[in-house]
Amino acid sequence: MIETGKAEAKKTDALRIAGLDCFYGEVQVLYGLDLVLYKGEVLCLFGRNGAGKTTTLKAIMGLVPSSAGSIKLAGQELTGLPAHEVPKAGVAYVPQGRRLFAEMTVAENIEIGLMARGKGKAVRENVLDLFPLLRQRLKQRSGTLSGGEQQMLAMARALCLEPQVLLLDEPTEGLMPSMIAKIRETVSKLREMHVSTILVEQRVDAVLSVADRVSFIENGRNRETVDVEELRADPSAVRRYVGVG
Amino acid sequence: MHFGPHLLLAALEGLVTSAVLALTALGLSLVFGVMRVVNVAHGEFFMLGAVLAWAISTAISGHPALGFLAALVIAPLIVGAIALVAERLVLRRLNYNPEATIVATIGMLYIIQQLALTFYGPEARPVEPPFSYRILLPWFGYSGYKLSIIAASALLLIVTWLVLTRTRIGLIMRATQYDSETAQAFGIPVDRVYGGVFALGAMLAAIAAVLIVPISQAHYLMGQDPLLLSFIVVIIGGLGSLRGTVVAAVLIGLSDGIISMFFSPTLAKIIATLLVAMVLVFRPQGLFGTASR
Repeated sequence: MIETGKAEAKKTDALRIAGLDCFYGEVQVLYGLDLVLYKGEVLCLFGRNGAGKTTTLKAIMGLVPSSAGSIKLAGQELTGLPAHEVPKAGVAYVPQGRRLFAEMTVAENIEIGLMARGKGKAVRENVLDLFPLLRQRLKQRSGTLSGGEQQMLAMARALCLEPQVLLLDEPTEGLMPSMIAKIRETVSKLREMHVSTILVEQRVDAVLSVADRVSFIENGRNRETVDVEELRADPSAVRRYVGVG
Repeated sequence: MHFGPHLLLAALEGLVTSAVLALTALGLSLVFGVMRVVNVAHGEFFMLGAVLAWAISTAISGHPALGFLAALVIAPLIVGAIALVAERLVLRRLNYNPEATIVATIGMLYIIQQLALTFYGPEARPVEPPFSYRILLPWFGYSGYKLSIIAASALLLIVTWLVLTRTRIGLIMRATQYDSETAQAFGIPVDRVYGGVFALGAMLAAIAAVLIVPISQAHYLMGQDPLLLSFIVVIIGGLGSLRGTVVAAVLIGLSDGIISMFFSPTLAKIIATLLVAMVLVFRPQGLFGTASR
């Protein structure tokens, strides 16, 4: 992996992945992946479909078993923990496609988020302050919300864990421009709240507008990590790894 | 007897069948709904409930109600514990694979059945009802105990519904049912939920058996009919749907009671089978089930 990010020297780790190997059955998906997320930053994973971005997030959550390597959350080893212990350690996950409990109400989805770390009413209120629209929809079945509202609920549910690290998998996928702007605004707010975020994103504009650094994932490896300012100045990496830009 | 009272009697008999069937089928439905496991051994947990009820009520001397009440508490707990051990030793090791667990639960069916034959024997044995009060209606007298089965089943179904919809445990069970991977990502220990649900499903079957055994008899082969009828109920009602299970159980129980009395029990079974076939063709997810994504 090539680390050219300027932030590396002055920041402390929120999450550090070293030499991670993951398999789906017999098929290897991640090959010795290395990745560092610093405290309070937004790190974007960028790459083609099937490069291993979602698998990386799932491996952090313990949803895909790793056969080698380590994942450390502020020094605490996560590999080997049962999947249900990872959120309790302080990692929250917003999966691709939201994966809400569609038959449950908005309030019940939020309740699920609050349960893992035993968070109470105060956290619920803080989260609903971030997404005031959800407050009016608490009794509505979540499957009947619009795509944007569902994304807000998925993020609200994850933030109920009060995570140190938030994993967002393509949060703007299939959303209207106004909703995309709202999601970007929320990610920026979370940075101000010192939540470290790994964002999987396909849209170059979204990456450039919210990320601090970008890691290019290709064939299950982190090929290169660059500061977003460097990428703005020289977008050739985007062309090299994704073929657009 | 005139047609009206005759119909009332048939309906009451049908409701007793419905009550027991709803509890048994609910256990099967919960296990499939949450774990995606088709538990072919479910009828054997029913049988174990009845056999244990006989053993417990025989062991306790005094008024029959004492033995029955002890059986109503202890038999489901023992059956639940056996189910939990089976879940840990067999289903968990198969990673709850849908095909493998069907084969495994067929194996469990035979093991439980043969153990019952070995230790309990081939005889059908009665259990004394806790009371033998008859309610005198203008047209006929009817067993107060049979009416209490309907009341007890209704109460248990309401309690189960309240647990599922109004409690934290219910929320956890529903989250696991809808999306087990996401549930884990929110701290829900899915393995433990599966163990609890499998035990709960077996306990519901055992309670149904303890309730019915005073008007039936405990026998080591008695699990087959409840298993078949439970599958019919959950296919019609929709796997995993409590409302669908109750509606289908009432439908099957009532039609069984009424058609058996006015025509023949065989015709009642033929109609139930036709109903299943029609549901499978026109609404495979069942009357109240949701289509899988």
